[in-house]
Amino acid sequence: MTALDAPVSGLLDVERVRADFPILARTVRGGRPLVYLDSGATSQKPRQVLDAERDFYERCNAAVHRGAHQLAEEATDAFEAARDSLARFIGGDSREIVFTKNATESLNLVAYAFSNATAKAAHGRSLPPGGDRFVLTPGDEIVVTEMEHHANLVPWQELADKTGAVLRWIGVDEEGRLDLDHPEHGLGVIGSRTRVVALTHQSNVLGTVTPVEVVASAARSVGALTVLDACQSVPHAPVDVMALGVDLLAFSGHKMLGPSGVGVLWGRYDVLEAMPPFLTGGSMIETVHMEGSTFAPPPQRFEAGVPMAAQAVGLAAAVGYLEALRSQDGLLGGMAAVEAHEHVLTAYALERLGSVPGVRVIGPTGAAERGSALSFVVEGIHAHDVGQVLDDRGVEVRVGHHCAWPLHRRFGVPATTRASFYVYNGLDDVDALVEAVERARAFFGVI
Amino acid sequence: MDLESLYQEIILDHYKHPRGRGLHDPFDAEVHHVNPTCGDELTVRVRVRDGRLEDVSYEGQGCSISQASASVMFEQLSGDTVEHALEVTDSFLELMQGRGNVEPDEDVLGDGVAFAGVAKYPARVKCALLGWMACKDAVSQAVGRGTSEVST
Ligand SMILES: Cc1ncc(COP(=O)(O)O)c(C=O)c1O
Repeated sequence: MTALDAPVSGLLDVERVRADFPILARTVRGGRPLVYLDSGATSQKPRQVLDAERDFYERCNAAVHRGAHQLAEEATDAFEAARDSLARFIGGDSREIVFTKNATESLNLVAYAFSNATAKAAHGRSLPPGGDRFVLTPGDEIVVTEMEHHANLVPWQELADKTGAVLRWIGVDEEGRLDLDHPEHGLGVIGSRTRVVALTHQSNVLGTVTPVEVVASAARSVGALTVLDACQSVPHAPVDVMALGVDLLAFSGHKMLGPSGVGVLWGRYDVLEAMPPFLTGGSMIETVHMEGSTFAPPPQRFEAGVPMAAQAVGLAAAVGYLEALRSQDGLLGGMAAVEAHEHVLTAYALERLGSVPGVRVIGPTGAAERGSALSFVVEGIHAHDVGQVLDDRGVEVRVGHHCAWPLHRRFGVPATTRASFYVYNGLDDVDALVEAVERARAFFGVI
Repeated sequence: MDLESLYQEIILDHYKHPRGRGLHDPFDAEVHHVNPTCGDELTVRVRVRDGRLEDVSYEGQGCSISQASASVMFEQLSGDTVEHALEVTDSFLELMQGRGNVEPDEDVLGDGVAFAGVAKYPARVKCALLGWMACKDAVSQAVGRGTSEVST
């Protein structure tokens, strides 16, 4: 079986999309067409995004929020318009959008709000009104899950070490879903001592979409904050922060067609208001005296230094690009079209890869409640070697533990091969993947 | 570059039939090295007597390159003098860091020359070096503890 010739319902017009991405026209490894299946790590960028960044530098580059000249005004307007676009994109308010360098920084910003509040409180220093929410005492609990990316695990481990809090986690079942009913590592780990629950919306390894509403409501019932790692959801499906019921949410621009160097932390305004700053310095202050300083309200409080204005403008262009996409049958638009497109690819890939002997998918093997990150092991061949053969065919995937080492340990595998799809991938890319995996099996003699 | 020049027959042979795999007792030093980007792991033990690597043993998991390289390391360094073993290790390191521009010497490296193609794939160099760097570390720990002075 190979890619169908007739249009498949739900797909984007891949040829048209590809034409917007200059890099996809290049060849790799001795003239092979590039089959880019590593968008889970970082996505490629359309010309519209590159143009928006260049345009900013060519027309209105200046340090935003600093200075009264015309360029500074225009640069600040462009930066703030980007904030508005991002807010609209996820259903939040502009004052609730903090620009960071990436999701890792966004998540650290929140973890540091806790450790900084705790350190200040220990010395009787003042906190923003409501800042008690961020003060931890030894024995307080932080809850994460076993499927977290290191970016949403290590900062919480550090926070526990600094404050004497206890890290607890929700486990993962055989299928790769959160094991909410587990007697020790189920939803029951959220209890009266829980102060914060940090979880992923969509696993970057398993593809699993987690039941965020259920977890967030358990957190809310004990007065804990919920922090959502939306790195793999915001780029791939419609996300409405209000519907999710979380308090804080992080994602990276570079995984959603935007430039590198810009990410977002969204937070409910009252929550952001209660948080002490992470990075301090210029642009985030209200008044400064030699004896001490007071801080600007959010989001400025969390944007110290001259920000990544051109990248934010580029990210807004990426949002515009995603919103303008239409499925080929004309029935869907924007993120709903992106989600439908990836769903078709994922179902096709699961079916085709699943029929290759020796291939075992780690994570849900059905396309329901899962995104397009698809990790697998090929019996008898280490992931690194699989990846090498794929690379030789121009098929670029990720191999290793994908920054989720405990999750790989959970499944008893040292490494997996991960294909991840995006708007410029088509059924032909799935065929190329499957053909390359078969070639790997032949090469290493495990047929 | 093609796959065959990376995965030389010698490499695949060491991968499928690793020489001397399995940890030995007694030993003077044991180290555990990991390649954090991909999760390859290797434990290496050495026993040093009279300035010689009297015993080298290893156990681990990982890709073909890292496991085959450990097998070659075992063959090349077992029984060698510490001084020469470190020279051979340096020469393997030089080959791996040479981006394909270093001519390997079979007299020094034995089957290690088969890894010349790996040097053209920067992402795999760490895999090839894992066993060798672990052994070097183990040797320096063993020698540092003064065991080489202990005569039998
Ligand atoms: C689920 C998830 N969380 C967090 C991150 C960290 O993103 P970044 O490296 O852009 O900060 C990634 C991507 O690597 C991810 O996939």
